Amino acid sequence: MTHEGFDKFAGTSDYVTSEPLRNAVNASIALGRPLLIRGEPGTGKTRLAHSIAQDLRQRLVIWNIKSTTKAQDGLYLYDTVQRLNDSRFGDGDVSDIKRYIKLGKLGEAFASPEQVVVLIDEIDKADIEFPNDLLNELDEMSFYIMETDETIEAVHRPITVITSNAEKELPDAFLRRCIFHYIEFPDAQLMEEIVRVHFPNIDTTLLGAATETFYSLRRIDDFRKKPSTSELLDWIQALMIGGVAHERVASEIPFMGALLKKEADYDYFVKTRMTKVGDTLVRRSWQ
Amino acid sequence: MFTDFFYLLRSKKVPVSITEWMTLMEALAKGQITNLDEFYFLARAILVKSEGYYDHYDLAFQEYFSGVQSMPEITEQVLEWLRDPLNRLGLSPRERAMLEAMDLDELIAELEKRLREQTEQHDGGDYWIGRWGTSPFGHSGTNPAGIRIGGEGGGRQAVQVAMDRRFRNYRHDLILDTRQIKVALKGLRQLNRVGPEDELDLEETIAASAKNCGDIELMWRRSRKNAAKVLLLMDVGGSMEPYARLCSTLFSAAHTSSHFKEFRYYYFHNCVYDKVYEDMTRRETVGTEHLLRTLESDFKVLLVGDATMSQYELTDRYGAINYYDRNEIPGIVWLRRIADHFTHAVWVNPEAPQYWGHTTVRMINGVFPMYSLTIEGLQQAVRKLVVRN
Repeated sequence: MTHEGFDKFAGTSDYVTSEPLRNAVNASIALGRPLLIRGEPGTGKTRLAHSIAQDLRQRLVIWNIKSTTKAQDGLYLYDTVQRLNDSRFGDGDVSDIKRYIKLGKLGEAFASPEQVVVLIDEIDKADIEFPNDLLNELDEMSFYIMETDETIEAVHRPITVITSNAEKELPDAFLRRCIFHYIEFPDAQLMEEIVRVHFPNIDTTLLGAATETFYSLRRIDDFRKKPSTSELLDWIQALMIGGVAHERVASEIPFMGALLKKEADYDYFVKTRMTKVGDTLVRRSWQ
Repeated sequence: MFTDFFYLLRSKKVPVSITEWMTLMEALAKGQITNLDEFYFLARAILVKSEGYYDHYDLAFQEYFSGVQSMPEITEQVLEWLRDPLNRLGLSPRERAMLEAMDLDELIAELEKRLREQTEQHDGGDYWIGRWGTSPFGHSGTNPAGIRIGGEGGGRQAVQVAMDRRFRNYRHDLILDTRQIKVALKGLRQLNRVGPEDELDLEETIAASAKNCGDIELMWRRSRKNAAKVLLLMDVGGSMEPYARLCSTLFSAAHTSSHFKEFRYYYFHNCVYDKVYEDMTRRETVGTEHLLRTLESDFKVLLVGDATMSQYELTDRYGAINYYDRNEIPGIVWLRRIADHFTHAVWVNPEAPQYWGHTTVRMINGVFPMYSLTIEGLQQAVRKLVVRN
């Protein structure tokens, strides 16, 4: 039994992965199927594609999906307005339709002479029908340009990473063709590893106090927006720059605004979990 | 290979298709798998397409690969008792030898027997299910042939990972959180072209330009906006108390879903009569008649309540549970008026459908289509709310 082609992706120095995630990525590469990534905000769904591209030394093509994006936009655009304009003012050769065909992000990836990594970011932002319109193209990794009677076929099947926030249900037919992985919110141990990647020189006691406080905040269900990884990183950076002593971290939660970004959450927390001691707000000890 | 596993997954309601199964076979044929751990993650990535089914998958995996039947008898309560791991306790060689005698089938049979007998939490000791003891059941114990029930997983073996059932909370049929409800409510989108004409209508432009002898004539159209209007009516009566948390979750999800064109909410007590309340404490009121007059009939209406009350509250004049309400018109007539006025209205019931046998529930079900307050039920309700009649 060979293992060739399967243990390609091993994670990069600035992106900590779990074993199941690496397995899913490698299965997706070996089988040539798109990898669908879902998970809470701030678990590094988008960063994954960057990390794969970096690790495999391939070019990354990013297709950001918006609510108005249509499947066709990713394949190619036929710039009729430009052509119409040229025909009127006589700029260039209007009879050459090819000049007015512009490849979209997916088209660019298919046409690329070397293998690339494609990131289709936040696919569920688009219309409900959007993924279905891409079924065939992702299956065959080719598409047909009607205007020029040309077929663009992928020279190398691109490594496709699709992220989703579960805002919309994705169609079954689309799901059947994907490899799926749900990124769990990292536990404290993995989180410390992640923080260390960003701040290699961080003091261990400070890191411990910060993550402990962070997870204690995440356990409060009443927040509208729970703090996530990026907030923790911002906060730790603030703590380090501010030179805050670690014993103050848990009790006073300095720079709390970096963690709780909604005013309502901030007020709620101060009102229910903090108390005034002298001039400073201090977290109540029993909570 | 593993075909039984495929059918086992399907029997656990994991929506696995032949396509996915063939993909898994392809991956296996490529010789990628060297051990059960890799198989666990690979098969999960290929076969399961939603974290909502991870738990079902874990159960099936556990059943298929460990031979341990997942037992419905192991209740939440038992697992709850066993959640906190306590330190291991040494066993004397004599005790160990005694317990080694039991095999798996005996253990299961015995566990079921003891589950029936046991009525309280138990730590230590050598008979009851609990933590820290030498009984063959429970966790953190030291019985060599014991069955581990819940607790923290120590090793990283696949079957154990499956045993942990960490994804239990992601099951669609189990919990509802705000985000999930929002996802369900997003189905209420109704995109219409409104607002200023700020989008280039290419086809019209081409047609107009062609008519204009090739002189470019730009044509514009309105862009699409969500036009859904939602009316939420919630029961805050006493019998709804157990569902207060659930209902407030639904409410906050609907309230913070900023994509509705209009969102109105009112409260009622058991049944809607001639007025509804603007606040939960039922002080400020609004006439139901007024609502029916001022709200367009294309509002999507969600009534939330357990629909369980005394029959006269629904059918009688002066039937309202609050004596001073003195309703001239019976509640059922008001409900019927709501159903008649709005083209789309559903009743969402937080109680499980098996308790919908009550007379008033059936009567209300005759007026509004009724759905349970679960993700699945809500999705069905939303689907009902967007169909064209």
